[in-house]
Amino acid sequence: MRYLLMIHADEKAMEAARKEDAGRIMAAYGAYTTAMKEAGVYVGGERLHPSANATVVRAEGGKTRVLNGPYAEIKEQLGGYYLIEAADLDAAIAWAARCPGAATGAIEVRPVWTM
Amino acid sequence: MKPEPLSGSEPARAAAERVARESYGKLVAFLAARERDVAGAEDALGDAFAAALAVWPRQGVPSNPEGWLVTAARRRLIDGGRRRRNAQASEQTLTLIADELEAAEREAIPDRRLALMFACAHPAIDTGVRAPLMLQTILGLDAAAIGSAFLVSPAAMGQRLARAKAKIRLAGVPFRIPEREDLPARLEAALEAIYAAFSLGWDETFSDDPRGRNLAEEALWLGRMVVALAPDEPEAKGLLALMLYAHARRAARRDRLGRYVPLSEQDTARWDAGAIEEAEALLRRASGARSAGRFQLEAAVQSAHAARRLTGWTDWEAVAALYDGLHALTGSPVVAINRAVAAAHTRGPSEGLALLDAAGRAGGLDAFEPYWVARADLSARAGDRAAARHAYTTAIGLQTDPAARAFLVERLEAVDRGGRSGFHGHETI
Repeated sequence: MRYLLMIHADEKAMEAARKEDAGRIMAAYGAYTTAMKEAGVYVGGERLHPSANATVVRAEGGKTRVLNGPYAEIKEQLGGYYLIEAADLDAAIAWAARCPGAATGAIEVRPVWTM
Repeated sequence: MKPEPLSGSEPARAAAERVARESYGKLVAFLAARERDVAGAEDALGDAFAAALAVWPRQGVPSNPEGWLVTAARRRLIDGGRRRRNAQASEQTLTLIADELEAAEREAIPDRRLALMFACAHPAIDTGVRAPLMLQTILGLDAAAIGSAFLVSPAAMGQRLARAKAKIRLAGVPFRIPEREDLPARLEAALEAIYAAFSLGWDETFSDDPRGRNLAEEALWLGRMVVALAPDEPEAKGLLALMLYAHARRAARRDRLGRYVPLSEQDTARWDAGAIEEAEALLRRASGARSAGRFQLEAAVQSAHAARRLTGWTDWEAVAALYDGLHALTGSPVVAINRAVAAAHTRGPSEGLALLDAAGRAGGLDAFEPYWVARADLSARAGDRAAARHAYTTAIGLQTDPAARAFLVERLEAVDRGGRSGFHGHETI
């Protein structure tokens, strides 16, 4: 099954992190990605720019409205994601638990709809 | 769903009903395991039971009724799957599955009920629906019966169960006995769910609704099953022992006139000695594993109470020590109340009241009847009649069981008369 691991984190903390701490975090993500690829579970994954750079678009009734900012103003924002192939929810949970972001934020595990 | 008994040949119907009762959960677990489709497995099995009632009277009961039902249900599942996939499955695949089914008809069906229970009690499943889900998938109870036991409308319960089954399938909740590192936490969730069903049945035992009694017995049945399927798990034995101790006292909880009798005043001759002995044996076997958990400790408390039938007295020092251990382990408010009552027995009512105060300060007990009963008893013992009166009155206002309410009214009257109030050790299981 495919699962999307969504990394929700306090982006202010990451922005305020000292340079060497930020480097350590990036190295941890690098190792995590490598381990996923080695295990053959990695399908894809990206880091996102902070939510201040987000734009929300709605086109209700044929009229396009564009709003500045993220969909919801909350402390922990979506900061990145991994798309993985795992046998079942327990396997996906095990990978989510290894994500560096799980130690400071929350990883939402969502099964991908198979068409 | 269990099959409706149809008119027809008596032995065929009896055989189908026997298989339904004994094998329902086993067949659901087996059928649902591959696709994790619990609802589909239940529907297919329901159809298979209906087919059995139509075919068995004419052709005779097959030598392996479980295998026959699995084959019939699997065909339904394949048909359903084929419709879903718009005839994508090739005839060749279907022939292969059919061959596999013929084999299943000859061989014994593996028992995957424990794996199904772990799926029902998975952390991804809402806590409140775990016990209902187990009762439905393992025992075949319908949503109406479960809903009434859990004080939820049948429609709402049906919806919750359907949502949970959909999540099992869509989120890929595994039908598997968890890895060793996850096992204790996962097993605890499964045992919690069984205990929740038992407690509900226990509270309802004296209501007009006969389902309460059944729920406690169904929970005992699930408890026995976990012990049989996971013989190395001491907490499973602890839970079964705990339930058996409580179950052993069921007849003694009312006197011949139907009045409530507190644990400390129960006639031990009316306790079920067989159930107590079984519980003692389970607890001994569990302690061999040297890994005491919450259920073993709670069962040990009940064991100390049960010893009164042999010794004529209760070892409150032992009970108090066990509650200290439970309190450190769980931090549960119910445990905190019982710990305070035990401490009052060993160190006096003011010590008990101090512990109750601490439990009350933690919050959430203002509308919890056992808290007020304990408060009333300890206040009366300490000679504080005003506090005792207030606490008994509050407890009476919270109690829903008429017999227990009548008992509390008597206690309140005794306080007003200035009579000495004894401990009655409210039976909180």
